Amino acid sequence: MDSGVRAPTRRQLLSAIAKVGGTAALYQAMTTLGHAAETQFHGPPNLQGARPGASVIVLGAGLAGLLAAFELRKAGYKVQILEFQNRAGGRNWSLRGGDTYTELGGATQKVGFSPGNYLNPGPWRIPHHHRTLLHYCKSFGVALEPFIQFNHSGWIHSSQAFGGKPVRFNAAAADFEGNIAELLAKSVNAKALDDTVTQEDRDKLLEALKGWGMLDKDYKYVSSLRASSHRGYERPPGGGVDGAPIASKDLYGLHDVLDPQVWTSMGFFMNHEMQTTMFQPVGGMDMIGKAFARQVDGLITYNAKVSKISQDDKGVAVSWTDTATGKANETKADWCVCTIPLGVLGQMDLAVTDEMMAAIKAVPYSGQVKIGLEMKRRFWEEDDDIYGGHSFTDQEIALISYPNHNLFKDGPAVLLGAFAREMGAYRLAGMTPEQRIEVALAQGSVIHPASYRKEFASGASVAWSRVPWTLGCCARWNEDTRKQHYQTLVGMDRRIVLAGEHASYVGCWMEGALLSSIDAITRLHKRALEA
Amino acid sequence: MRKIFLTAALLAAFPAMAQTPAPGGGDTGGGIVRAAKPVTGEQVYGAVCQACHMADAKGGVGAGTIPALASNPKLAGAAYPIMVVAQGQGAMPGFVGTLSNAQMAEAITYVRTHFGNAYAKPVTEADVAKFAKPPSAGGH
Repeated sequence: MDSGVRAPTRRQLLSAIAKVGGTAALYQAMTTLGHAAETQFHGPPNLQGARPGASVIVLGAGLAGLLAAFELRKAGYKVQILEFQNRAGGRNWSLRGGDTYTELGGATQKVGFSPGNYLNPGPWRIPHHHRTLLHYCKSFGVALEPFIQFNHSGWIHSSQAFGGKPVRFNAAAADFEGNIAELLAKSVNAKALDDTVTQEDRDKLLEALKGWGMLDKDYKYVSSLRASSHRGYERPPGGGVDGAPIASKDLYGLHDVLDPQVWTSMGFFMNHEMQTTMFQPVGGMDMIGKAFARQVDGLITYNAKVSKISQDDKGVAVSWTDTATGKANETKADWCVCTIPLGVLGQMDLAVTDEMMAAIKAVPYSGQVKIGLEMKRRFWEEDDDIYGGHSFTDQEIALISYPNHNLFKDGPAVLLGAFAREMGAYRLAGMTPEQRIEVALAQGSVIHPASYRKEFASGASVAWSRVPWTLGCCARWNEDTRKQHYQTLVGMDRRIVLAGEHASYVGCWMEGALLSSIDAITRLHKRALEA
Repeated sequence: MRKIFLTAALLAAFPAMAQTPAPGGGDTGGGIVRAAKPVTGEQVYGAVCQACHMADAKGGVGAGTIPALASNPKLAGAAYPIMVVAQGQGAMPGFVGTLSNAQMAEAITYVRTHFGNAYAKPVTEADVAKFAKPPSAGGH
C-alpha cells in the first residue's frame, strides 16, 4: 500500500518542528497551521538551578501563590507562604453543609446543605482552552467532569417581553433567527441589497436564510414542522397511531424576540470563554485548591495578616500578625511573590516605587453575588427536562444555573439561585443573608412558579464585596488603566513581583492567575540568577 | 462605540430601569439585567453604597479595611466624597456611568447628613459634574 514518498502528517511535522525549534517554534507553527491560538500556555515553566540557599516568600495561598510556591520549590528555592485565611485556595472555594462563613459586617451563615451538595461562590466553570489550569488539574490528579454550559431547554425571562412569562431558549432563539431570516430575505427579494451583493451571492444568501431560518418556499417564517424542529412541537413525534408530530402554532412575534434578553442570552454563548466544552471538578471547585495545596504541604502559614512589605538590596521583609494569637512577626526572604488582591494590598505599607503604588491603587474590583439554594428534589429535571445549564432572567439574580452532576438523582440538590452583577449585585450585597435568600426565592419563582418555594430547603450566599480576604471579586481594568498602569503592575519592583488574575489579561479566571504566576516566577528566577 | 450607542438607546427606551448588559471580561451571568433605579439618597445608599459600607455605614475590617462613613470627618468638605464616588478609590469603583450625577449627589448628601455626620449643605448635580469624567471603555 505504501506509495513511497508521502507528505508528513501534521503531527509528524509539528513533532519535527518541536525537536528542532523548541516549544516556542512549535507554538508559532501550530498557530500558523490554524491550531492553538486559544492560549498562551506553552507548558509548565521547568525552572531549574536556583542559587543554593536562595529563598522566596509567597504572599497568598490562592492558585497563583500555590503554583508559584510549587514551581519555585521545584527549582530549588526555599519557599514559605503566608495566607490570611485558615484555608488554602483563595477564591477557588466551595461551601458545603456544616461550613460557617462570616462576611464583613459580621453576618454569619451556617450552611445547611445535605452531604455531597455545595455552592462554588467563586470560579465554577472551566473553558476547554484554559490549558494551564487543565494541565495542572491533570498533573495533580483533579478529576474533571463536564459543566453543562449550553442547554437549549433552559428558560429565558424578560420582564418586558412575552407577557413577562419565561420562554424556552430554543423557541426564543429559533423565532429570533426565523424572524431575522425572513426580514433579510425580504430585503434581498425587494432588491434592497442588489448594490452590495452579487446575483450569485444573493441566491446563496436566500438559500442560506431559508435553511438556517426555517423559512417556507415563499421565504416566510411560519408555523411548520421545520420551524418546530428548532423551537419545539405542539405534539412531538411519537409512535403508533398518534405518532405524527403537530407543529407548534404560536410563534413568538418580532417585537417579543427583539427584546435584548433574547439576543444577549444567545450571544453569551458566542463568547470565547463561554464556548463549550466546559468543565468542573468532581465534588466541588475547591478540589483544585486542595490539590494545589497538597503539592506544597507544610509550606503554608495560615491566619497571617500581612501589614507591611519592605525591601532593600539584600532582601525582603514581611511584617504580619497571627490573627489567632495576635502575635506580631517578621519573615525575611531574598525574593517575594505577592498575590494579595490589589484592594487589600493597596492599604499596606509597601516599599515599592510610587508608580507601582499608583498602579496597585488604580484598579477597582467587581462585587458579584452568588446564592446557592438547596431544593428538596430536582424539579427542573423532573418537570421541565432541564439537565444542567442556565435560565436567564432580567431580574437582579440574572440567572438560575442547574447542577451538572448527579443527574436523575433523588433527594436534595443545590442550584445556583443568583449570579448577580453590577447594580443587581450591589443591591443583593447590601442585604442580610436572609433577605438575599428571600429575593432569590421571589425572583426564581417567576421562572419556576409551581416548585421554587415549595421545594426550597436552605440557602447560602456570598457577596464578594463583603468577602473579608479580597474586598471584591475580580480586578476591573479598562483601556485607560491598562495603558497607564498594567506594565508597571506586572513588572518586577526590585525584589517583589505581583501575580494573580489582576496581573493578567484573563481577568477573573483561574487561568489568568496561573498564567500570571508562571510569567512572574519565570522573570523572578531569571533576575535571581543574574543578581 | 457601537456598544455604547446601543446601551444609550436601551436606556432611553426604559427610563425607569437601569439596564446592564454583561460586561466584556471575566466570568459573568449573561443576558441583561434591569434593576430598579434608586432615586433618593437613602435609596441609592441602600441599593449601592451599603454593599460595602454596610447598613450602619460603619464599614468593616478583614485582610483590608472598608472605611466607615459614619461619623467621618473626611466628609466635612464635599469635594473629597464627590471625587471618591465619581472616580473610585482602591478597590472601590468610580460610579460615573453607573449612577447619574443626580444619584451620586443625592447619595453623598444623604451620607453627609446621616450616620452621625451633620454637614447640612446639599451636594448638587452640578457639583458632581465637575468631577464626573466619562469612563473609558471596559474590558478585562
